[in-house]
This record gives sequence, structure tokens and C-alpha cells, in this order.
Amino acid sequence: MRRLAEGGRIDRSQLLNFYFDQRRLQGFAGDTLASALLANGVSIVGRSFKYHRPRGIMAAGPEEPNALVTLGDGALAEPNLRATDIPLQDGLYATSQNRWPSLGFDVGATADMLSRFLPAGFYYKTFMWPGWRYFEPHIRRAAGLGPAPTTVEPDPERYLRRYHHCDVLVIGAGPAGLAAARAAASAGLDVTLVERDVEPGGSLLWRGGTVDGMDADGFIAGLPPLRLLTRATAIGYYDHNAVTVLEHLPPGGPARQRLWQIRARQVVLATGAIERHLVFPNNDRPGVMLADATLHYLRRHAVACGQRAIFVTNNDTAYDAALALAEAGVEIAAVADVRRGADGDAPRRARERGLKVLDGVTALATTGRGRVSAVRIGDIGGGGGRWMEADLVALSGGWTPTVHLHRQAGGTVRWDEGALAFLPDQARQAQRSAGAAAGAVTLAQTLRGGHEAGAAAAAALGAEPSVAAPVAEGCHVAAPRALWQVALPPSAGKQFVDFQNDVTAGDIALAARENYVSVEHLKRYTTLGMATDQGKTSNLPGLAILAETTARPIPEVGTTTFRPPYVAVTMGAVAADAVGEDYQPRRRLPAHDEHVAAGALFEDFGPWPRPAAYLRPGEDLDAAARREARAARAAAVMFDATPLGKIEVFGRDAETFLERIYCTPVAGLKAGRIRYGAMLTEHGVVLDDGVLARLGPDRFLLSPSSGAALRVHRWIEEWRQGEWPDLDVRIANLTHAFACVAVAGPQARAVVARIAPALDLSPAALPHMAFADGVVAGVAARIARVSFTGEVQYEITVPASHGAALWRLVQGFDEITPIGIEAWLRLRVDKGYIHVGSDSDGTSLPGDVGFGPLVARKTGDFVGKRSLLRPDAVRPDREQLVGLVASDPAFVLPVGAQILPGQGVALPVPAIGRVTSACFSEALGHGIALGRLRGGRGRIGDTVEIYHLGRRLTAQVTALPFFDPKGERLHG
Amino acid sequence: MLLIDCPWCGPRDEIEFVCGGESHIVRPAPEVDDAAWADYMFMRTNPKGRHAERWGHVHGCGQWFSLVRDTVTHEISAVYRFDQPRPAERD
Repeated sequence: MRRLAEGGRIDRSQLLNFYFDQRRLQGFAGDTLASALLANGVSIVGRSFKYHRPRGIMAAGPEEPNALVTLGDGALAEPNLRATDIPLQDGLYATSQNRWPSLGFDVGATADMLSRFLPAGFYYKTFMWPGWRYFEPHIRRAAGLGPAPTTVEPDPERYLRRYHHCDVLVIGAGPAGLAAARAAASAGLDVTLVERDVEPGGSLLWRGGTVDGMDADGFIAGLPPLRLLTRATAIGYYDHNAVTVLEHLPPGGPARQRLWQIRARQVVLATGAIERHLVFPNNDRPGVMLADATLHYLRRHAVACGQRAIFVTNNDTAYDAALALAEAGVEIAAVADVRRGADGDAPRRARERGLKVLDGVTALATTGRGRVSAVRIGDIGGGGGRWMEADLVALSGGWTPTVHLHRQAGGTVRWDEGALAFLPDQARQAQRSAGAAAGAVTLAQTLRGGHEAGAAAAAALGAEPSVAAPVAEGCHVAAPRALWQVALPPSAGKQFVDFQNDVTAGDIALAARENYVSVEHLKRYTTLGMATDQGKTSNLPGLAILAETTARPIPEVGTTTFRPPYVAVTMGAVAADAVGEDYQPRRRLPAHDEHVAAGALFEDFGPWPRPAAYLRPGEDLDAAARREARAARAAAVMFDATPLGKIEVFGRDAETFLERIYCTPVAGLKAGRIRYGAMLTEHGVVLDDGVLARLGPDRFLLSPSSGAALRVHRWIEEWRQGEWPDLDVRIANLTHAFACVAVAGPQARAVVARIAPALDLSPAALPHMAFADGVVAGVAARIARVSFTGEVQYEITVPASHGAALWRLVQGFDEITPIGIEAWLRLRVDKGYIHVGSDSDGTSLPGDVGFGPLVARKTGDFVGKRSLLRPDAVRPDREQLVGLVASDPAFVLPVGAQILPGQGVALPVPAIGRVTSACFSEALGHGIALGRLRGGRGRIGDTVEIYHLGRRLTAQVTALPFFDPKGERLHG
Repeated sequence: MLLIDCPWCGPRDEIEFVCGGESHIVRPAPEVDDAAWADYMFMRTNPKGRHAERWGHVHGCGQWFSLVRDTVTHEISAVYRFDQPRPAERD
């Protein structure tokens, strides 16, 4: 291995230092980590997954199965990256994986010696008693990839997301993609061309050839205007031509990676093909590479991958690599062709130039310490053969078109026996494949196919290319010959199919013997193709061997499913900038700053950070909530109720509409008055409860609960549009347009009288469940009397822009205490008011939670009504809302505790109910709880046993409410 | 990721919409028996092929409409308002 003095697409004036396993090495700008390692003579780059066998670089692209490294360290460490995909940078810090203590000496390699005891499915068969879970952690540690970063620091890098639209998206900037993009762009279309490599050109950059008499650079320079993304890999093809593209940005750019979501009217898939290796004993020794990769490293990076090479091939393409390496001074010991008398132009040229070509033979074994030193070449039947010295064995087992995106897009494939490949057949979306992805072999075919695909995409959009198809010299290609494995006994050595997951031809034969004959079962049993490379090189040989073993044709065996992403994607790129505070949009209370100043402890309720309590020095949440609750019963509290829903429903048929929406009566409500209301799903389940006010004959204001405002708005809008479009009704969600401060307590009236002096607040003029419009602090305000706390309570609503001023105004009174949501929710437990979603769930009907009498007053139809007549809805032992008081009055029952079906019953036993809300009641001086109990309304006064985390408690079932049953305080 | 042609806003990404299930389900009067109610509540055509369904542009104009989507290919062959009949099938 050595760096050539000239040639390659590297910049020898830019010397770069980098580290591999703490060893300092040097490369050039234009290198990948893989090419730089090869140039430095690094043969072993990793240990294999299961057997810990030494492995070297095999490929030059994203199909590389062996050369996985961890890049960087600390928070930025990223494991399992392919050295072939990493552009070399100065200071790059890479570490090899899955070896201990070092690459050269790895204790885990004893697994290889024990390997006859470690066949496919070994773990499942062996570690059955007492349970796989005891063995799994140890086995996972032994068979591993790179470790995830253990630091708790967040990833300091930035990731972006971008949405993009174009007429034609061309994926792959090799000769086919360039020709397709050129054709479409020449037709005046908006073309985006994405290329995973650092520069466009694809195989033109290493296989060479001329296009219209020009080299790659000349051809690319003459392209019409288009958008080109490099280091950008299309990773997923979704419905309606949505394609995701992962772009790596250069250091110093706006972000580390950018995930594009591109919607294209037409797509051309010029994704190329991936070369396969050949399957024979010990074919995984470092120094065994793909033939095309050796050419790639030679022409791109001026690296000769060996000094004496043997090529083993079943097709014509390897000859070009052999000739090029010979020209560069590498000794070519032989080209072993499994075919007899291949008559293609390439074999003929190789013979003319004096290369030794052996017919009808293949590699049967390799040997060497650390790296291959000799290979046994013999008859393809597996017999005989002789050892030939070589430090490079270049394999070509044929080409697998990269049909991943075509399959993800719903396209079908067909097996082509001549090409020994699955080729794209029918497309389901507006896409077409071209070039090697569609089975083209020669440059001339590839360019023609690319141009035709670009022209067809343009034609589908009513445009026509203004350029002719680019031309290249054609050549005669001989057909490849199938040789999926060598018929040798297991004692001859492992024949690796999947290098990354250490799956051998023997494993596949074993799986077939055990009747795992479906390719999907084979995959899961042997883990073939399940590694991070997703079997790019191994899937086809694997299924071909399964076909051979089970004597079926390959198309009958079929392929596994191609799922996105095409290459592994960091979670950072998926999350993009939706992290931390930007995870979701946040709502901000108009008086947020005032809450902060008042010592609020915030909790998130949906998008709103809301004060849970206002802490005084030395207080925790519970202490503050208890103090605030006492203040509500003793004096007056103020509560920021801004998130309460405010939905206006208006129009001639507003009352008719709401009568159908609510399960509680709406008709008869007078203007200026408020009613309690609940709505159901069509299943009869309680969806939300709240109040509604009648603003005028044709106008209502709904106040769904804070957490349900948006849901209720959508819900009633869907009914209006979908079921009753004939009704004259309009709906406006004004929740965020107004701020609301609730003032509650025995002294609430006195406080409100001072801020709205012009209003008559006497119980006769403004009784409970009525509202009045007035002026507060010079602003139009609505003052409504409703009560969630059981006290006299006023809700003062002003435009959101005046919310902070209103809060400051009310807070100025001595008798006022700010109250957070924790105490607010405790006060309602005194009154037995349910909190939908806490005290009810997806099975709760209105009768279960005490709304039965209200619902019974309605005669007409409403949403959910018919479901309340089902036999299940009227059985007497439904879970019903009750009060619960623990036998120890100081004790607060734990929410979620289960009610047992009798005293002292043996466990396990089905529960007959549960505690749903609980707190210490400041008004009553003891703990109280709401719960649901089977047939609970008939069990008032009973004592029940409650189970919680191993403890048994007793409690008495009580009627509701606990406090002020006649409502004297609330009406006062 | 569907591209849905909202009758009011034009083509928009699927993430702006919610799907409301099958269209043209007729809501019976509450007098029907349990079987008829269960049929309305739970029984759907669930075809392999063209399916008329309701979508709401809830993160856009807020309007609901129907479309015909092929459940195999996701091809949307028609988009129509609630006040328009289901378009006749082609082919």
C-alpha cells in the first residue's frame, strides 16, 4: 500500500494531521478517512461483531461493512460511522470499535475459536433457563458496535431542517444523474440534484471515460443552471414524491447536518449500483476488497491498495480495475474469472496487455497473519487449486442496483437472470430509475438512460430538453456468471456473506435446515442484513444462497422489505432545532412576569407554563397550596384563569346547534345568564365540562376547560361542517384574545366592588351564574359569577393586552392572596366537582360522574345520546363517582390506589374502583378523596378496603359534596 | 407524507391536516335499535382500493372536506367539498 507520487483528486499541498486509535497519521485534503488509512498502511480497522475477527476496509462508499469508527469524543462522539464516508479533516479523531484492549490483540477473538459452538440462533437455543434477560447484558457487551456517548452533556452542535420544492429531483450525480439533470434543466425546469459524495461525477471520477469528448470536469462545467447538493444522501422516499435528504455541512457552516424534506413533481433515481463480494472460505481477511473500490482509491486518492494483487471476478467490470492498477505499478498476479472464455471487450483488452487471466476458477481460501498473504485459486467446483501470493485480493461478485428508493416509493422489481440482479420494474409514483440503478453497465448505456429519464420527467411536465443525449464510446460486455458460494465443507473455513453481522453461508444453510425458508424469517434468525449497513453488499448473496439451498428460483425467494433510512441518521438531525425550549411553541400568560415576581412555581399545562403555587420563603409546593387554599375559604384569592376556553358560537341557529352538542340543557337559558354544561363523544363518553353564557338571542360564549379549549373548538367545528351544514352557525375561538382573573372567597365581592365601582354586584343584581359587562380600570370587561371553588367567585375578562395590568390592579389589595393551580384544584375536591380526565376516563358516561339528572331533562337528540341507551350504559354496577374518607382522618389517600372487592380478600383480585383525586381539605380539617366505585351511589356509608403498593387501608364511602352541600357560601 | 389539495388553500402537506375517517356515514336518528347504532358507530367499508374519507385542514383554513384516496397506493383521485357529491369513479 502506498501513495502514488501523482494523480488522484487530492491536494498534496494541504497536509492534514489526524488520529486513529491515538496514533497520529497524515493525509491530504481530498482524502476520506478510509483512503488516508489505506495510504498509511493501516490494514486492520475493526473487529467483527460476533467473532471479533480482524477486518479491513472493503469498499469505498456507504456499503462499507467493516470500517466502522467512532468519531470525536465526549458529547460529540458519534459511533458506527463508516470511514469511507468521512472526508478527512485536520485534527480528525477516530477510534476503532469492538475490540479490547486493542485492535492488534483482542481478548474477544476467542469467540472465533469457539465459533463452532456459536451458529445462528445459538443464543435463543442455549440461554433459555432461567431466562434470556439474565444473559442478554453480557452477550450484548461481547457482541457490540461502538458505545453511545455516556456524557450527560447535550449535543453542542446545531441541526437544521429545510423544506424544498422543485420540478425534478435527481438523486445521484454520477453519469446517469448528470445526464438526467442536464436534460431536465435544459428544458427550463427547476432541477435539484443531490449527491452523497463530496463532488459530482460519480463513477466518471474513477472509472474514467469521456462524455461528448470531455472528461468529468468538462462535462459538469457545461451543465445548465440547477441546484446541486453534495454530501447529501437521499434517505427516504415517502408518499406523493416526498423525499428526505440528509446533508452534511462543512465545518464552520450554519449547522452540522441539515435534513431536507423535498417535494418534487418528478423524480429520477440515478442511485447507481453496489458491487458484491464473492463468498468463499476466509473471504473476510484484511486485504480482501471489492474490485471497484481498489480502482476508486487509485483514481480518487492516488492510493495503491496493495503491491501484488489477484482479481477474482464473475463479470467484466473488474478487468478495468486490474488494468488500471497494473498501469500504476501494482503487480497483477492474475485475474481469476469464474467464467470460461469470457469474450467481452475488457477481458480481451486485458489479455492483449499481457495480464494473466485464469478461466473457470475462483478463490477457495485465503491465508495470512493480520492481512492476506496468499489466496488459493482453484476450480469453481471447489476442488484442487494452488496457492498464489498476494497482499490484495480484489473481488467482484457482480452488481446490485440500488433500488432502495424505488422500492420505498412502492415500485416493484423483477429478477433479471442475465444481469443477475433485481431491476426496477413498475413505478408507483412519479419517478423513474436510470443508469446502473436500472441495470446499465457501460458508460454509453448509462448516459443514454439518464438522458431519457430526464427527458421523460420533462415530458411529464410538458417540457422538452434542448440538448441531445450525451454520448460515450460503447463496448461489448459479456454476461456475468452466478457463483454464490463455494461447495466446500465447514472445515474449510467460514464463508462470510454479511461481514458486519458475521453471517456465513453455513448460517444460512442451518436456518434453511431448521425451516426458516422465508427470506424475512431467515433475516431475523441469522441477522443477515440487519446491521448498520442494512446488507447493502450481503442481502442478494444471502437470498441467492437460500434459494440454492432450498432449490428455489431467486425471484421466488424474493427480497426483504426496503425501509428508510438508506443510511443511519443521527437523532439530532431528525429533531433538528425542535429541542429544549423550542421543542414546541409555548403560550405565555399576559401576567407571566407578575407571576414570576410573586414567586410562582411554574408547571406546564399543555403549551402554558402556569403558576402551580406562589412560594413564600421556607415553603414547598404543598405548604404553599395549603396556605392558599385556607386564604380562599377565609378571605379572597386571585387566580390567573386566562387559559380557560372562550369560544363564541353565534348565528340564527346557535341555540339549536348547542342543544345538539351539549348533553345538558341549553334551550331556555336567558341572555346574561350562565349554565353548567357537559358534552359527550358519540360513544356517550364525557368529553369536557364547563359553563356557557348566553350573550344575546343568537350568541353564546362557551368556556370549555383550559386543557380542552382547542379540542372542543375542533370538535364542534367538525360537527357543524360535517353533520349540520344547514344550520346558520359560526364558531370563533377567542381563547387567546382575552385574559381572565378569577377572584374568589368571602371577601371577593368587596375586592371586585373597588375595581368596578359602577357595577351593582348585589346578589340580586348579579347572582351566581350570571354575568355583567362593565369597565375595569378603564377597559371594557366582562364580569361573570361562576364558581369552581365553592366560594363567591368573579371571573373578570379583559382583552389580553390588559391582562398584566388587571393582575397588578387586583394584586394591590391587602386581603388578596394569589393562588396557583394546585390549591385551585384542591378546592374543587371539597365540592366534588370532577376534573375530566382525572376523575373520568374513556369509559365514563355522564351518569357515572353525576350528570345523570341534567341529561335526563333533555328530550331532543344530542351527540352521544343514543349510546347512553346501550345495555352496558344502563347496568347498575357501573363505576360511579363517590367521596372517600380514610379511616385515619389525617391521611390523604394516594391517587391511583385500588378499591378491593371486600375486606381482607386474597390478591390478586380485580379491583372494583380506584381513587382519582385526593387532598387534605383545609375547610374540613381532614383528608378527602374522589374515586370511582362499582355501583358506588348505592354504597354510601360503606367501608371499603383500599390497596396501594403493598399497603391495605380502609375508607368510608361518602356522598358528595364534602363541603357546603346547600351552596350557601357560593350563592352568598 | 401525503400532499393534499385543500379545496380552499391548494396543495398542502399532510401535517397540516387531520383525518376524520370514512365519509358519507349517515347518522341515524336516536330511535334506531342497538344493531343499527353499532353499525353507524363502528362498521366501515375498509376497502383495499379507493376510499372516501374526511380530512380537516385544522392547521390551515379550518375547513373540512372529503377526498378519495387509494388505500394501497395513497393516490388521491378526487377532492370535494361536503356540499358536493362523491365524484363518479373513473376506469
